[in-house]
Amino acid sequence: MITVSHVTKRFGDFVALDDVSLEIPDGSLTALLGPSGSGKSTLLRIIGGLETADSGTVEIHGDDVTSVPPQKRGIGFVFQHYAAFKHMTVRDNVAFGLKIRKTPKDRVDSRVDELLTIVGLAGFAMRYPQQLSGGQRQRMALARALAVEPKVLLLDEPFGALDAKVRAELREWLRRLHDEVHVTTLLVTHDQEEAMSIADNIAVMDNAHIEQVGGPRELYDRPANQFVMGFLGPVARFDRSLVRPHDIAIDPGPDGGGREAQVRRVSYLGFEVRVELVLPEGEPVFAQLTRTEAEQLDLATGDIVWLRTAGGTALAA
Amino acid sequence: MKYVLRYSALAYLGALVLVPLGMILYRTFEHGFAAFWESISTPAAVSALTLSLIIVAIVVPLNVVFGLVTALALARGDFRGKGLLQAVVDLPFAVSPVIVGVALILFWGSGGWLNDAVPVIFSLPGMVLATTFVTLPFVVREVEPVLHEIGTEQEEAAATLGASKWQTFWRITLPAIRVGVSYGVVLTVARALGEFGALTVVAGGVPGESQTLTLLVHARYIDDHNAFGAYSASTLLMFLAVLTLFVMTALQRRRA
Repeated sequence: MITVSHVTKRFGDFVALDDVSLEIPDGSLTALLGPSGSGKSTLLRIIGGLETADSGTVEIHGDDVTSVPPQKRGIGFVFQHYAAFKHMTVRDNVAFGLKIRKTPKDRVDSRVDELLTIVGLAGFAMRYPQQLSGGQRQRMALARALAVEPKVLLLDEPFGALDAKVRAELREWLRRLHDEVHVTTLLVTHDQEEAMSIADNIAVMDNAHIEQVGGPRELYDRPANQFVMGFLGPVARFDRSLVRPHDIAIDPGPDGGGREAQVRRVSYLGFEVRVELVLPEGEPVFAQLTRTEAEQLDLATGDIVWLRTAGGTALAA
Repeated sequence: MKYVLRYSALAYLGALVLVPLGMILYRTFEHGFAAFWESISTPAAVSALTLSLIIVAIVVPLNVVFGLVTALALARGDFRGKGLLQAVVDLPFAVSPVIVGVALILFWGSGGWLNDAVPVIFSLPGMVLATTFVTLPFVVREVEPVLHEIGTEQEEAAATLGASKWQTFWRITLPAIRVGVSYGVVLTVARALGEFGALTVVAGGVPGESQTLTLLVHARYIDDHNAFGAYSASTLLMFLAVLTLFVMTALQRRRA
């Protein structure tokens, strides 16, 4: 368990973290999610010992590590831009922490082989980082961090520098790896889809504060405020409330008790169909339908329909 | 257009650098290798060569250590007076070497502030001081931008993997900046061998005593009217500079 209590950090006049407290359960994969500048990377770096908090404490597994240097915190850290040791082979990169700990050579060799197999780089041991793709470099960095058997694994936007396809692959791969290795993992990301798809637990940050902590579904269905609701998914303003666009139902007639609206535009985005409408007062609103629903309604620009909310989340606007 | 640029650059370099240096080489070996050898193996020449090498052997390690510490402080540190340190590091480039020599005598010489506390004038310590002064910026100025370029992530990664500051420096930082360090060394060696102004003032160039190879070239050419002797000593100097370049390049290859 990682326990952060009342941590505050300023850079000059800028407040990066304002009295932040957070608990990360053992063995979980937790995401720190927020826009850039929200303080999430600073919080991660304070947990890792790469920055020092102005006030507040950090505990890892019950030990107060607030003033312990990163070398002695028992952490593994993975950086957005890999931080590969460019003058060393993949094997030497992964072995670095073990060699620093004066691990016997045969033990280093077997551990490195094991890790390279786990991260799928067994055939790349003698290559240099420049000879690897971005995704491979980040897997090497992960193996390097795991080699020293850290108590917690800290990942700072680990897939942020990769293209979308590789990012999605690595994301799934990391989730599977976590299910095997079970090391308490904290991952910083600004990508809500990434957080929702791999984390057990998400802490949403904005403006130096933690806004809400919970499972992906809980946050999506019961957001504590407009910021969390807006950050985790699309939001439509309807009937003086904020609702998810897929919670707006479209009726062809007034019998459902809905409000009258006119269709402006219908976009087919594969499975999802996005309908832009306008209310009589001129207020725009948009709804998401499934392909099947849209086909049944057979909507076209200019049609008059009736809108109502069909369950789901609503926050007062 | 491409050729105009290329050949004008070549002509410029040729007229300014290659042809004059080439002529020295030609004059040196005009009468064969034996004459050259004889000219550089006189007692004065051997003594001058030895003195030059001793100065280089002391100055280079001093300025490498100082240069690395300063470059790290400038690139990684955050302290008051950093701007001042930046300016002071460049001072030896800005000040004429002759002024450096005069300043050293003023500070260390008889009647100066330290009033002969250490024998400086006409002796090795003074020559080392003067040469260290004029070559001080090279390592700093070659290494500092490389430190900025490599950033701090690799060093942070090493720290999270358990490496102490010292281990991180030796295993991560130094290998990453070694190209900058070796350029700094090459420039320092070349400049140290070639130093004239400051040494003329503090050393005076007494043959066999305080005459470096560069001072010997000057003495032979101007005082002794021995042009051939000056060409030979010049060729030896150029050979030493080129040798340094080769050694550093070879070291880089081996470690890359």
